[in-house]
Amino acid sequence: MLRDVSGINSSTALWYTSRATGVVALLLMTAVVLLGLLVTRQGRLPGLPRFAVTGLHRNLSLIAVVFVALHVLTAVADSYVHIPLTAAVIPLASPYERLWLGLGAVSLDLTIAVVVTSLLRRHLSRRLWRGVHLLAYASWPVAWLHSITSSPDLRHGALFLLAVACALVVVLAVLWRLAAASRDVPRAERVGHLMSALHHPMSALHHHRAPNAPQSRAPERASRL
Amino acid sequence: MTTATHGAPAEDTATSLPRLLPRSGQHPEDWHAHMARHGRLPYRDRPGDLILDLSAAGLTGRGGAAFPAHRKLSAVLDAADKRRRPPVVIANGAESEPASDKDATLLWLAPHLVLDGLQLAAEAVGAEAAILYTHTDRRNDVGRRLGQAIAERVAVGADRVPVQLAEAPPRFLSGQETALVSHLAGGPAIPTFMPPRITERGLAGAPTLVQNAETLAHMALIARHGPRWFRQVGTTAEPGSMLCTIRRADGTPRVAEVPLGMPLRSLIGDLGPDRAVLIGGYHGTWVPAADAMRLTLDNASLAAVGARVGAGILITPPPDRCALTETAAAVRYLALESAGQCGPCLNGLPRIAAALTEIAVGRQRRQTQADLERWAGLVTGRGACHHPDGTARFVRSALITFAAEIELHRRGRCSGTSRKAFLPIPRDSARTEEDWM
Amino acid sequence: MSEKLLVNPIECAGHGACAELLPEMIAMDEWGYPIVDGRPIPPALERDARAAVSACPTLALRLLRS
Repeated sequence: MLRDVSGINSSTALWYTSRATGVVALLLMTAVVLLGLLVTRQGRLPGLPRFAVTGLHRNLSLIAVVFVALHVLTAVADSYVHIPLTAAVIPLASPYERLWLGLGAVSLDLTIAVVVTSLLRRHLSRRLWRGVHLLAYASWPVAWLHSITSSPDLRHGALFLLAVACALVVVLAVLWRLAAASRDVPRAERVGHLMSALHHPMSALHHHRAPNAPQSRAPERASRL
Repeated sequence: MTTATHGAPAEDTATSLPRLLPRSGQHPEDWHAHMARHGRLPYRDRPGDLILDLSAAGLTGRGGAAFPAHRKLSAVLDAADKRRRPPVVIANGAESEPASDKDATLLWLAPHLVLDGLQLAAEAVGAEAAILYTHTDRRNDVGRRLGQAIAERVAVGADRVPVQLAEAPPRFLSGQETALVSHLAGGPAIPTFMPPRITERGLAGAPTLVQNAETLAHMALIARHGPRWFRQVGTTAEPGSMLCTIRRADGTPRVAEVPLGMPLRSLIGDLGPDRAVLIGGYHGTWVPAADAMRLTLDNASLAAVGARVGAGILITPPPDRCALTETAAAVRYLALESAGQCGPCLNGLPRIAAALTEIAVGRQRRQTQADLERWAGLVTGRGACHHPDGTARFVRSALITFAAEIELHRRGRCSGTSRKAFLPIPRDSARTEEDWM
Repeated sequence: MSEKLLVNPIECAGHGACAELLPEMIAMDEWGYPIVDGRPIPPALERDARAAVSACPTLALRLLRS
C-alpha cells in the first residue's frame, strides 16, 4: 500500500482517523475484557466502590463500540481505497486487504452480538445471554489479529510494544481467571468444606476468635459470567 | 352434595378409623383387597366436580405445608387453560424427613389409594402424564411392589393416565417441590427460585401439580364418600384424619391414622414435666411436656406454642437421653443437607451447627447464644426454599425449651445418661454432585 | 404502581453493588449477602433502585410490580 504523505487532504485525514480510532478501540476492548474478567471473580478496583467494576465494564464497552464505529466509518468514507460498508460486518466482502479486514468484520459481528444481548439481557434467558457473552473471548483475539495484520503501525515501534503488551495482559488475565476458577469449590462440596473448617473444637478454645470473624469466609457462589 | 358412589361397601366407614390404612394390621392391600374395601375408582368425567368436593371437604396437604388441596388443583387447571399446555401431576412420596415414616407405610400398605388419587388428580387438571416419586431405599421391596401395583392397574384398565415411577435421591431436600421437579428434569435435587411457581411452570415448562402421597389417598376417599363424610372426623377448621409417625421413648416408631384435633397425650402418653416432645420433625418445634399435655393435634391449638402439625411427626426422647445433644447432631445433619446455593443458608447453617455443638459439648462462649439467635434471624426467609427457616425454628425452640439443660452444659454437666442416639439421623451425607442426582 | 425489590438468592453471589447504590433499602449481612427491604419503594428512591438492579452482575436483583 503506497501512500503519499506529503499532502494533507481530507482523504488522508480520514485514513489517519481510522488508524487512530482503531488503536483506541483496541485499547478500550482490552480494558473491557480485563474488567469483564474482574467482574467474574468479583474483584474490586482499589479505591473504587463495588459497582464501579461492573459500571466501568459496561460503559467502556459502549465507548469502545463508538470508537469501532468511527474506525469503520472513516475507513469506508476514505476514498483512496474502496472499502464497502458491508465489509464492516460481512467478512471477505472487501476487495482490499480481504483477509485482514475480514477478521475485523468477524470481531465486530461477535461484538455486536455480545452488546445487543447484554442490552436486552432482562428479556433473555440466562443461558442464552451467557453463551453469547462468552463469544467475547473469541472477539478480542480476532480483533487483535485484525489490528496487527491490517495496520503496519502496529508492527513497529511503540505501537508494536503496546499491541504485545495488550496481548500479554489479556492472556495472563485469562490464565489467572481459569486458575482461580479451578480452585472454586463445587456446589455440592461447599457446605462440607465450611463444616470442616468450623468443626475444629480446639480452634474455638485456643484462638478466642469471635465466631463471626471472616477467618474462613465461606466460598461464595462463583458468578457465572 | 355428592353421595357414596360406585358400589362402595355397605360397611359404615363414616367415623371409624383407620380410613387410609388397612384394618387388618400390617398386610398390604393388593388390588383385590383394595377393590373389596373401597370399590371402583370413581372417575368424575367432569373434573371441576372433584375440585368443588375437595373445597367443601377442606382437605389440606398432608406433606407438611397444609396448603388447601383444591386451591392447588385450581391453580394448575387455570394455568393449563391459560397457557394451553397439558399439566403433569406428581405424587410426592419422597418423605425425605428421616423421622417420618407415614408415606412409606402408606405406599407399602395401601398403594392403590395413592394411585387412585393420582388418577383423580390427573383427571381434575387434565393431565396426560403422572409420576409417582418415591424413595425406595427404606424397604427393600417397595419399588418392585409399586411397579407391580401399577402394572396390575394397567392390566385391568383402571388407570387412564400412564404412571411413571421415579426414584428420589436420599437427600433431605428431595421432597421439596422445586427440587423434585429439578431432579425429574434430569438435574440434581436442589431447589430453584420461584417465581414462577411450579403450578404455573414446572416440569418441562408445564403446569405441575405436586401433591403429597397421603393427600392423594384422602382425595381417593373423598371422591367415593363425599366431603361431608370426610368432615365427620377432625375439627371444623381442620377436618379429616391424618397419618402420624410417633416415636415414643419405649419402642420403635409407629404410624397411626388419627383424627385431627386429637389430644396429644392420647398419642404420646402422659409425660412428666422434665420431658419434651418434638412436634413436626427437624423443621419443627420442641415443646415442653407440661405444655404438650394440654395441646391437641391441630394448628389452631399448636399455634399457642409456636408449633405446627406439619407432617405429623411426634417424638418423645426417653429421659435418659440428652435432647440438647441430639438436637445438635440433627442440626449438623440439616446443615450438611443444605444445597449450598444461597449465601445465607450456606454460611449460616454450618455456623449454627457448630455453635450448637459447642453448647452441647460444654464449650460455649459468652457470645455463642447471641450468635445463634442472630444467625437464626439472618437465615430465615433469605433462601430459595424453607430449609433455613425450618432449621432456625427448630434451633430456636431448642434454645427455649432446653434453657436449663444449656445452663447445665455450660457448667460441664449433662442430664443425659445414655449416649445412644434416639433421633434418627442418616449417617451418609452428600459429598459430591452425584449424591444429589 | 408500586414496585418492590426481590433478590434471587440462588443467583446472588454477594457482589455487593446493590447495597452500595441503595443503602436505604439494602443492607449487607456479615457474610456479604444483601438483606433487602421488601416494602414498596418510595418514589424518591426509584431511580437508585433501578440503578441497583442494573448494577447487579448476575441479575439477581429484580423489581416486581405489585
